[in-house]
Amino acid sequence: MSGNEKAAVPQSNAKQGSGSERYAIEMLGITKVFPGVVANDGVTLRVKENEIHAILGENGAGKSTLMSILFGLYEPDGGKILVKGKEVKIHDPNEATALGIGMVHQHFKLVHNYTVTENIILGMEPRTRAGNVDIASACKRVGELSERYGLSVDPKAIIDNITVGMQQRVEILKILYRNADILIFDEPTAVLTPQEIDELMQILKLLKAEGKTIILITHKLKEIKEVAERCTVLRRGKYISTFDVATTNEQQMAEMMVGRAVKFKVDKGPAKIGPVVLNVENLTVMGAKGVPAVKNLSLEVHAGEVLGVAGVDGNGQSELIQGLTGLLPVQSGKIVLNGEDITHASIKERILKGMGHVPEDRQKHGLVLPFRLDENVVLKDFDRQPYSSRAGILNFGPIAERGKKLIEQFDIRAGEGPATIVKTMSGGNQQKVIIAREIDLSPKLLIVAQPTRGLDVGAIEYIHKRIIQERDKGRAILLVSFELDEIMSLCDRIAAISKGEIVGVVNGEDAEEYQIGAMMAGVKLDKKPAAAKIQGGA
Amino acid sequence: MPELKKEETKAETIKKSALSAFAGSDGAISILVVVLGFVCGTVLIWAVGRDPGNMYASLLQTLTGYDVLRGTWNARYIGEWLTASLPLVLCGLAMGFPARTGLFNIGAEGQYIMGMTVAQFVALYGPKVPGLHWLLALLAGALAGAIWGGVVGWLKGKYQVSEVVATIMLNYVAYYLSRFFTMLIPEANTYKTQNFPKTALLTDPFLDRITNDSRLGIGLWVMLICCVIYWFIIERTKLGFQLRATGFNREAARCSGIKVTRSLTISMAIAGAFAGLAGVVVALGSFNYGRVISSQDGYGFNGIAVALVGNSTAGGTLAAGLLFGMLASAQPLMQSRNIPKEITMIISGLVVVFISLRAGFRMIIEWRERRAAQQKRGERDD
Repeated sequence: MSGNEKAAVPQSNAKQGSGSERYAIEMLGITKVFPGVVANDGVTLRVKENEIHAILGENGAGKSTLMSILFGLYEPDGGKILVKGKEVKIHDPNEATALGIGMVHQHFKLVHNYTVTENIILGMEPRTRAGNVDIASACKRVGELSERYGLSVDPKAIIDNITVGMQQRVEILKILYRNADILIFDEPTAVLTPQEIDELMQILKLLKAEGKTIILITHKLKEIKEVAERCTVLRRGKYISTFDVATTNEQQMAEMMVGRAVKFKVDKGPAKIGPVVLNVENLTVMGAKGVPAVKNLSLEVHAGEVLGVAGVDGNGQSELIQGLTGLLPVQSGKIVLNGEDITHASIKERILKGMGHVPEDRQKHGLVLPFRLDENVVLKDFDRQPYSSRAGILNFGPIAERGKKLIEQFDIRAGEGPATIVKTMSGGNQQKVIIAREIDLSPKLLIVAQPTRGLDVGAIEYIHKRIIQERDKGRAILLVSFELDEIMSLCDRIAAISKGEIVGVVNGEDAEEYQIGAMMAGVKLDKKPAAAKIQGGA
Repeated sequence: MPELKKEETKAETIKKSALSAFAGSDGAISILVVVLGFVCGTVLIWAVGRDPGNMYASLLQTLTGYDVLRGTWNARYIGEWLTASLPLVLCGLAMGFPARTGLFNIGAEGQYIMGMTVAQFVALYGPKVPGLHWLLALLAGALAGAIWGGVVGWLKGKYQVSEVVATIMLNYVAYYLSRFFTMLIPEANTYKTQNFPKTALLTDPFLDRITNDSRLGIGLWVMLICCVIYWFIIERTKLGFQLRATGFNREAARCSGIKVTRSLTISMAIAGAFAGLAGVVVALGSFNYGRVISSQDGYGFNGIAVALVGNSTAGGTLAAGLLFGMLASAQPLMQSRNIPKEITMIISGLVVVFISLRAGFRMIIEWRERRAAQQKRGERDD
């Protein structure tokens, strides 16, 4: 397979239905070049009418670029597009809409203080004879559509008042309202709870039953297995293959996606849990809107354990971390690190007292991109010996030395060694720079937020391994992630967060996905919260 | 086959890195921009029917003191050139230092006026001890500028007050304060005070001797020391590291425990001190009486252009300041040789405009990379 990547034409799918099947979409030899990157390199995609076709690939494989081309957001540098057998040029989304192509974006494009119906008709409002917007008839049509496709959306609800899952359905209605029969879903499950994901899968099946053609962009194998019939794999901008989902197992799909054998499970032994390192009591932190984003939250992290905070994006995780690290002021409550009250300590004091932080947004909070690698590595202790003298003069020798040491220890790929400008490095290696810096400072508490977002599978494996290693050295680790799989495989205890409150805490070993999913949606469990099982000691 | 491919990619990487080296080297682009400015100036003079040679003769005389047309030499021209450059370099440093910290200091003018005003008072009322008097004036002027700038940095860090708005406002405050207080001096009229005592003046007998009694004085040493301090702080100290980190990414700096408000305040205070020193150097170097200013001198604003062309590095700012100083002090010579003096302003203006080429260059390189990638694909398909 690897030797012949130009074999871009998929094998005919004789076993799939009758031979006279028509293609809804054919994208042949699509090439798109961005400065320095070939995002799509002669990619071919053929989607049959009325099928659910998945596009699988890692972050940066070129899935979104390909779909943006189909939706008219980018113009391809090479190749051609056929819609229902006719060659077309799609210059902008309006032309795509006219061709019956609709897209549900990963980040919704809704006006938050408008009603569902107002959002849906925006840009093509029906008029009454007097020239006013005919909301009543629009409302009726939206209601009908919603019922027909089992979306159960209230046409008169305000967007701000409905859940993220509902908002996504509004996006679906928006394109159905425009009579799309080819629907593109860009990573639709990224923002959903497990229950909402289940419901979305049902909706996709119903849409297919109603005759729609669906393209599903994802990197989650489970979802493909559940709904898709055929799947096209992209890797680093290149077409890899198209296969029938029914006859391919998840392991094979993962290998095609990554290009080598993949381990799904993180190797880890039982946790040796020690004393409490971080104790958070009744913490309240204000969010951007002036309402508390973290409400009366309490949790404990012990030495030698990974405590995971599971939740859907936007439920107070960012504010919790910013409150703990001192980036946001604490409204009320108490933060105790190793027996010391640090509620109002400065960021510097928290670092000196042993708090490490791998921030959620690595480029915004974690790195100074135009700086060299070694300068980024000493960002937190450049002001101490041996990196600067008592007189305040930098010692470039030890700084470069430290960079070199960490490049080796953490297997960081940097073209020019310690002098590499971090901006030029890949996302995975940038993240390794941060992880290296934080781990090398030997913090007693390591706060890790979204450590693998946007990284490839190799980097993810490595970072997971490092986190477990730190746990085994007896550090306390607080992990915040939106990927439930990541939480499930790494954590010794899992705390589910919803609307700024911890809904429940369960033990990692006997945690069930549906149970955490329910808590993420705010449903409280009857069971007692899991306390850490303290071992060793006296 | 594989060998061939390897060579091809090697050649390509070399070509690419050469291209990006030029794109990455802001110094190279600055030089290119200056050359372009002069080319345009030359064409312009030629187009209005004058002899561009006269302009270059004037510039040569400014730089070396040598008059090509008459074959005479007078070192005073060099002294006057450097004198004109001093406040430009210092104000360039005052712009460049905060720029490295991510701040746009449009207030060098105000800091300059504060330095100047305070120095004038020290000159008139300070202890008339030789050696101490002018030194005290320098320190007081630097301090006044530092306070005038530091407040802005503090407001920015603490209350997110835009430094652009704050400095522009403070420029006016400084201007009117200066007029008000200087006119309170008993012997002052509406445009000048009494003469300064000799002990306050920034004269240097050595420089007087070698530049044939030009106005060049101690200010030259002040300027050179400031350039060295600037380079040392920014490139060699942990304070500079902190400031640069804050400049590139304020959030990451904060996250790493760097006190951002402190960084911003220090940065603006140091910048203000540079501008304040520029004020002292002009007040006690080029004049022997206190001025009641009736307009802003404009050095603070010209400093913005100087720092821009000099890429906010110490060496670059020094070079750019000397260049703009040369253009300014060549004006009278050019006029006497039938070249409109406005041409120097046009050249300075063009240089600043052309600095935007830096972005253009990057675009060209991106475009070439893209085309190369496309071609590579085309070859493989054939």
